[in-house]
Amino acid sequence: MQADHRPQDGAAPVLSLRGIVKSFPGVRALDGVQLDLYPGQVTALIGENGAGKSTIVKVLTGIYQPDEGQILVDGQPATFPTAQAAGRAGVTAIHQETVLFDELTVAENIFIGHAPRNRWGLIDRRAMRDRVGAILRDIGSDLSPTARLRDLGIASRHMVAIARALSIDARVVIMDEPTAALSHKEIQELYALVETLKRQNKAILFISHKFDEIFRIADRWTVFRDGQFVGQGLMRDATEAGLVQMMVGRAVDQIYPKRPARIGEPILTVAGYCHPTEFEDITFTLRQGEILGFYGLVGAGRSELMQALFGITRPSKGACKIDGKVRVIRSTAEAVDAGIVYVPEDRGRQGAVKGLPIFQNVTLPSLQRTGRGGFLRLAEEFALAREYTQRLDLRAASLDQDVGLLSGGNQQKVVIAKWLATRPRVIILDEPTKGIDIGSKAAVHDFMSELAAEGLSIIMVSSEIPEVLGMSDRVIVMREGRIAAECSGREMTPENLVRAAAGIGLTKGEAA
Amino acid sequence: MNALKSREAILALAILALLAAIASRFPAFVAPANLVRVLNDTSPLILLAMGQMIVIMTKCIDLSIAANLALCGMIAALMNGAGVPLPLILVAVIAIGGALGAVNGLLVWKLGIPSIVVTLGTMTIFRGSIFLLTGGAWINAHQMSEGFKALPRAMLLGLPVMTWIMLALVAAIGLMMTRTPLGRAFLAVGGNPHAAVYAGISVGRTQFAAFVLAGALAGLVGYLWVARYAVAYVDIAGGFELDVVAACVIGGIAIAGGAGTVAGAVMGALFLGIVKNALPVVGISPFWQMAISGAAILAAIAFNASRRTPGRIILKPSEVTP
Repeated sequence: MQADHRPQDGAAPVLSLRGIVKSFPGVRALDGVQLDLYPGQVTALIGENGAGKSTIVKVLTGIYQPDEGQILVDGQPATFPTAQAAGRAGVTAIHQETVLFDELTVAENIFIGHAPRNRWGLIDRRAMRDRVGAILRDIGSDLSPTARLRDLGIASRHMVAIARALSIDARVVIMDEPTAALSHKEIQELYALVETLKRQNKAILFISHKFDEIFRIADRWTVFRDGQFVGQGLMRDATEAGLVQMMVGRAVDQIYPKRPARIGEPILTVAGYCHPTEFEDITFTLRQGEILGFYGLVGAGRSELMQALFGITRPSKGACKIDGKVRVIRSTAEAVDAGIVYVPEDRGRQGAVKGLPIFQNVTLPSLQRTGRGGFLRLAEEFALAREYTQRLDLRAASLDQDVGLLSGGNQQKVVIAKWLATRPRVIILDEPTKGIDIGSKAAVHDFMSELAAEGLSIIMVSSEIPEVLGMSDRVIVMREGRIAAECSGREMTPENLVRAAAGIGLTKGEAA
Repeated sequence: MNALKSREAILALAILALLAAIASRFPAFVAPANLVRVLNDTSPLILLAMGQMIVIMTKCIDLSIAANLALCGMIAALMNGAGVPLPLILVAVIAIGGALGAVNGLLVWKLGIPSIVVTLGTMTIFRGSIFLLTGGAWINAHQMSEGFKALPRAMLLGLPVMTWIMLALVAAIGLMMTRTPLGRAFLAVGGNPHAAVYAGISVGRTQFAAFVLAGALAGLVGYLWVARYAVAYVDIAGGFELDVVAACVIGGIAIAGGAGTVAGAVMGALFLGIVKNALPVVGISPFWQMAISGAAILAAIAFNASRRTPGRIILKPSEVTP
């Protein structure tokens, strides 16, 4: 089942990638991957969060330029320097959040950028309407070409995106988790549509986390792991266990500095937390000195739950107790006051205030404490900032330096220092080491261990299995807004996490 | 920080160069007495620029600032006509100006309407209210009491009181911006609203505070303006809001919020004030004045844009992992 490069039925790939490398500062997102897409076949691209799936889509659609490697169209080397170039080569993508224009009609959305012109050079509305009608009939859709997009549901938007792909004579259609937001019935319609595309001899790249739909719809599979190519083959030869094995099958090559901490009394108890759209019926307990990992696929509702705990959003139902006392958290200020802090995943947007110096970033939530009589005391601020940035081993010329000039890892340290300076009981770390270099990762892990040993309770949201398993005392797996599994001790295996996150079901005890 | 400091240094140099150029043709302009006159003349612009600066820092804009001034100025003149004592008038215009600013602030905060739309609307409403108060009548010098007119012009230690008021408020606002949690909040909200929310700072409330401050300053300037020129009518300070925005932009207040200093805004206002005062003296037509002001604004923006160093390219996490 490994490394099946030969087309089984004599067909040659429309599009092939060979040895693609794409690096970002501190991260090698793609490390020599390959991919083959065949006409009239669906190739499923499978991999965990961080495997490089979205990066490869951006390479295929001309948004990213690979550092190394070859793109072959019909066996001939090609480059996609722009999105337009990829479009001309017949590659089109239907994104997770489909990019369309709300205020335009279905027809205008389908033909934006390549509308048929009349002899005066103006848009030929009749030709456009006719061609849209034909395309929509082809895919069996009853959408009106003149409907405004803002009035359509998600499934209809997908239809429009697919119609758009057909309108530019796409040869390769990329579907990036197309069913993530669809109902059961809409998913069935999508499957029918994929069959239509197959009959029209399009090559389809289907990215999905859901094994049932991969087995239902795909002809071939390709597995990526940590930006590397693991293998490819035909679906009819594949087994679920084999694919899971390939997705996670790695030695935990990093040593995690997790020290056994004395786990004490429950600090935080969350009971029946619900949110109208993001999560449902979340109940868990966090004890003193414990590191509780939250694993799940992107979009499983982990960050949304954490934002509710931190008062960014409010739960529609449920209660939260801290130290046995019920606390109602309606704002971030109340959360900080209750002793909960949240280090967000998106440092650029939610973490650091670029333009402000390091020390002012650190003291931003603590100004009540460092100030006196309504005035700030800069000396106190510097002292507080120095204390916590030193503990985190921050590398900066001076605390007066603009945070925007620091590296990603050091920015993360400033954000963590900011929250530790509020002296919390519970600290929520959302993807604490995402996108930072190995050295800074180790420092963050070391520090987490130290904090837990000091009796701080930590919730760590992470999509990296080795990190979750290496650092957590206990792991909660979320799936589609619910708690899918809770693992501790010997149940904490990569296979169990992946299975629970993908909805396959737990195996108890020893796993391969 | 260094970039900001040097930007202010460059602005100071530009002002000195401007003065030197004027002095070469008209030396009397740089006589100390005349410079004091120019400073005094520019005081209303500086005070309004302080308020506008704070509003712009929080990613908003206040176009109603001059209309607020005019309304408060008219109210001051009417109160004076009704025999209200001057201290009470001062308190009243500051309170009313602040209240008008609060209307802007509430609409931005609670309804989430973009500030440019809100203040465009209130600008017209404020002007219209002056007409409703007076039926379009003017209040002229002979209808105002001597004490009312004298205060801004009174001399104290060699400077007019209006200049002293300006200096005191600039110092107070400088202190607020650098040494109070509110000043820090203005910068944080403009610099990164999402991060500010996470740090427990309410973006809306901070913007509200900015509008109230700007409104209160406009109210005070309303009295100063009417008393100094000894006339109040519907259209006083018409279009002045654009001068105020221009002063901020020339002074390096980032129009996208989050960056700027009191010193920058003061110098931006001074630069405009000197241009306006000097050109008629040198004998250049008012049309050239407008063109030169406009060119100064564009030069300042171009300069700011060219100085925007990208810094180190920080990894964007969303682009790396699926």
